[in-house]
Amino acid sequence: MSKARKIYKTEDGGVVYGVMAEFDTPADLFHAAEMVRDAGYSRWDVYSPFPVHGMEEAMGLKATKLPLLTGIVGLSGAGLGYLFQWWVTTKGYATVVQGKPFDAFQPWVPVTFEIGVLFTAFCALLGMFAFNALPMWYHPLLKKDRFLRVSDDRFVICIEASDPKFDPDRTRELLEKLHGRHFDFVEE
Amino acid sequence: MSALHPDEITAGRLTGALVPDRPLTMDPQTGDGTLIDDPSKRAPLVLNNRSFHDVTEIVCGYCEQRPGGWWLPVFGLVSTLAGIGTLMILYLLVTGVGVWGLNNQVDWAWDITNFVFWIGIGHAGTLISAILCLLKQKWRTSINRAAEAMTIFAVICAGTFPGIHVGRIWMIWMVFPIPNANAIWPNFRSPLLWDVFAVSTYFTVSLLFWYMGMIPDFATLRDRAALRLKRATGPTVAPFVNIRQDQLRAWIYGLLSMGWRFSTRHWQNYEKAYIMLAGVSTPLVLSVHSIVSFDFATSILPGWHTTIFPPYFVAGAIFGGFAMVLGLMIPARELYPNMKELITLRHLENMAKIILVTGSMVGFAYAMEFFIAWYSANKYEADVFMYNRLMPPFIADWLGLERSAPYWWAYWAMISCNVLSPQLFWVKRFRTSPLWIFVVSMAVTVGMWFERFVIIVTSLHRAFLPGEWGMFFPTPVDILTFVGTVGIFVTLFMLFLRFLPAFAMSEIKNVMPQASPHPDHH
Repeated sequence: MSKARKIYKTEDGGVVYGVMAEFDTPADLFHAAEMVRDAGYSRWDVYSPFPVHGMEEAMGLKATKLPLLTGIVGLSGAGLGYLFQWWVTTKGYATVVQGKPFDAFQPWVPVTFEIGVLFTAFCALLGMFAFNALPMWYHPLLKKDRFLRVSDDRFVICIEASDPKFDPDRTRELLEKLHGRHFDFVEE
Repeated sequence: MSALHPDEITAGRLTGALVPDRPLTMDPQTGDGTLIDDPSKRAPLVLNNRSFHDVTEIVCGYCEQRPGGWWLPVFGLVSTLAGIGTLMILYLLVTGVGVWGLNNQVDWAWDITNFVFWIGIGHAGTLISAILCLLKQKWRTSINRAAEAMTIFAVICAGTFPGIHVGRIWMIWMVFPIPNANAIWPNFRSPLLWDVFAVSTYFTVSLLFWYMGMIPDFATLRDRAALRLKRATGPTVAPFVNIRQDQLRAWIYGLLSMGWRFSTRHWQNYEKAYIMLAGVSTPLVLSVHSIVSFDFATSILPGWHTTIFPPYFVAGAIFGGFAMVLGLMIPARELYPNMKELITLRHLENMAKIILVTGSMVGFAYAMEFFIAWYSANKYEADVFMYNRLMPPFIADWLGLERSAPYWWAYWAMISCNVLSPQLFWVKRFRTSPLWIFVVSMAVTVGMWFERFVIIVTSLHRAFLPGEWGMFFPTPVDILTFVGTVGIFVTLFMLFLRFLPAFAMSEIKNVMPQASPHPDHH
């Protein structure tokens, strides 16, 4: 990892971020992703207007840790909510209400549950942003007009120049072999 | 050339041209082609063989193009109602809750009726977005966004009423556990406090869920605006202001999209987060209306003190909410171009079936309340049902009974709207006709308002001691406040259709047949 990354430049002198190619159908994209995975690339990504079914396996992605984090945060939230109610009802403001016991847990169940749900929801959304390094309002790919059509109906694979296996010609040949079209170098 | 997006369409895209118009062909047997009874055939979810690009154009067109001539008059009307409602609330705040018709005996009436009515409306949105998502019901994709929006707006209307009914609005912060100089904390053993937590959590989680679903669609709107900006012309925001509308779109939608770039590595986390939000929203929606019902069920008042309330309230909420979804989407699909291709007759039929099921569950709950009132042998309970609700004066006269129910008309309005009218949907002709579905859903909406009125007012107005019996009569402020919240609700919904992606484009594309990465299989 300590090896310095090789910098490629375009004819205009821009630093190359990666090479992108378009694909016509989800099926072409899927097969191309499997081949790029098998060719051993690691810093690359597949862009599609919707999550293509099974693409994580085709790309060889590991399962995300987001559910684990969300589960821990959600349960912690519920625990904190329970402790807070216990403190308020028995210590902070112990008030006799209709002769009910101070430390009965049953009345705390609804609020404990709601706070757990609240923490889970925030963690799911904010965790999704954190794991995806969002918000990121600037990205080299977003400068490409062709790339902006991914949000409509295009399918794109981009292999990044920072990938140790990246080679401008060989990478392009690979994408060409996989029926990719409209190759383009993306500049940083 | 690809079957999916031929290049001649590509060349002509982004010219602002309308989607190629393809009128729907109607068939007497299958309607628009989706009412197929053969389970081996899959009904299309998007009609007219639309491409992905067509779906983008249709949905983005709703917020990029000017709506028809009907829009401004309708919007003017509903926003006027919203303004009247706001004035009524201001009048209440500066004068006091005495401007409503409440009295010592009936101290909850239209305020809490409206609260429960609106919060129930919201539940259909969560059912469609969360429960149908977990059940992998693909047809939800074309109605979930609008239904979620409806949830948010209904909860806004609902939350208004508990806030303003407290009388001293400036003390409302005391419902939240905020550290204060008097070291006073809320009472966590009160269902009214559970309600505060349930409703505020419900609103927050629904908002997060709704927003997260819109992120990819915001990115689509952002990219289209950015691409149009590179062309020389386009309308400016106002005369003599050199900012183009597309510049504003690119900024605002761009900000909201968080820089989403449709990466599979992102989609992976996104889908997990989405399914987790659906997973927690499902018990959440069941808990919210259960807790709302605890406001009543944990009291000792006959007619309220009932264990059947939580499931009965949840079924009723989903019932009333679906009626409202249909009440909004049936006119919308007539008024907006190409919306009938996304919301097909089968979508309407499915929702009509849910109305039939939940309506019958509600009818069962009404019957069970009577059974328990008799079976419990509790005189007060039996009298609430017989003499506070059921018995019309002319029948009582005929039977020679001394007492009758002054609110019998409210009870029977509830029964005929909620239990009888949905039974029409046993007949296929009614449950596949948008006009009939609309009529029934309006009846159900009225009936569900009466249900809450019946539960609250008829139980309160004659409780244990005849000496404290009374009646409730609404004042004009009561009526106009409720009408005002209808105005606020519809105003917000129309603004949503105008400025936000009204359909979940990425989800609709995902359930279209060409989205499969293995087209040769199945």
